[in-house]
Amino acid sequence: MIKGKVILPEMPPIEREMIALRIANMLEDGSYVNLGIGIPTLVSNWIEGRDITIQSEIGMLKCGPLAEEGDVDPDRINASCQYVCDLPGSCYFNVETSFAMIRGGRMDVAVLGALQVSEKGDLAGWNNPARGLGKTGNIGGSMDLAVGANKVIIAMEHVTPGGDPKILKKCEYPLTAKECIDFIVTNYALIEVTPKGLVLKEVIPGITAEDVQKMTEAKLIIANDFKEMEL
Amino acid sequence: MDKLCPNTDIAIADVFDGAVIAFGGFFSAGKPTSLTKALVKKGVKNLTVIVQQVGTGNEEMLELVTNGQIKKAICSYPFPRSATKGADHPFEQAVRKGDIELEVFPIGTFAEKLRCAGAGIPAFYTLVGVGTVVAEGKEVRVFNGKENILESALEPDYAFVHAWKGDAEGNLIYRFTAQNYNNVMAMAARVTIAEVEIFTAMGGLDPNFIHTPGIFVKRLVETGRPEFNRVAV
Repeated sequence: MIKGKVILPEMPPIEREMIALRIANMLEDGSYVNLGIGIPTLVSNWIEGRDITIQSEIGMLKCGPLAEEGDVDPDRINASCQYVCDLPGSCYFNVETSFAMIRGGRMDVAVLGALQVSEKGDLAGWNNPARGLGKTGNIGGSMDLAVGANKVIIAMEHVTPGGDPKILKKCEYPLTAKECIDFIVTNYALIEVTPKGLVLKEVIPGITAEDVQKMTEAKLIIANDFKEMEL
Repeated sequence: MDKLCPNTDIAIADVFDGAVIAFGGFFSAGKPTSLTKALVKKGVKNLTVIVQQVGTGNEEMLELVTNGQIKKAICSYPFPRSATKGADHPFEQAVRKGDIELEVFPIGTFAEKLRCAGAGIPAFYTLVGVGTVVAEGKEVRVFNGKENILESALEPDYAFVHAWKGDAEGNLIYRFTAQNYNNVMAMAARVTIAEVEIFTAMGGLDPNFIHTPGIFVKRLVETGRPEFNRVAV
């Protein structure tokens, strides 16, 4: 099957919820985590009962599950504008304190979406030139999180809907931050960003390393402990 | 002190054409609905608005746009999330046409620029934005082996903030995530006007649990709990 510039394998990819599950399994108990908009928010579905504290950039720690109809409170939203609950131990604070936490290195992990990533771990996620807004757009908390978090995990589809690769030698879109990514988890693979380059660590069942390389513009190094993703 | 005003029109009486006004609120949470409506009605023009987003989840702000009252916006996440919704959005259309000038910052930088204005710090260095369009034209200095860019304080003429409770001294308490930008904007502006849902008698607020000390607030007006409209982002 050939689409756009990449060659897609016959085996279909995993769902977005499964990308989120794989990432949830990478999080350690006792960590503070920020989940960006898009696929990253789905990670919260997989961490119930675990000792993982979700920080919401608008000013909340220990963000709880999405609110059911009866619990919706217009004053209690997350960065994606979803109505949320709090939990015993939650706290609320102002935006300048929230970003002191983020920029000051208190976030163990930020899970972010991306438009493009590069082989050096550059992230481009805030500005799609096709929208035609030039150098302005919606930045939000993405630049702070990309730079401030101790570990950055990208959750994204491997290829654009139009069939173009998203893992490139160099990002073409305006950058969110340079050399900030630690891991890339897509609907086909898990890749680690290292000083030597992008290391392909896992593929979804039924997919080979060559399949993934054919969908990726940057050169992939096969990990010594390369294996099938367990979900 | 007695900072209470009888209504929103009196509270914003001295707002002038060309004023720079910061508005609290993260989409619909904690936005100064009544003060913004009064501003629309007052008809002041050539405004510079400092606000996270323009008009998404905020009809009153959008009215300022469609009335042509805004000359410039300083934001962090100004447009609707999707390009399709954006194409029909009056603010995005105004920016594309060049009717409104727009500057964007990362949220942390945006908040810190305001905080520094309130704290008497003229400028600060940050790692955030290095290597991106945000860094263009800005001084760079190395700290701890890393490049940082110089960002300057941002002082509005006015801040319109929304709080849950306030007293005659101007002390404010916020509710849940409706706090967001309200405190830092209250600190930054030369004149802060607060709309509060509940105005309490002097001594009615626990002094141990004040979010914004009254010294940062010039005037307040009691406006009750706003109507709840679901946000379409």
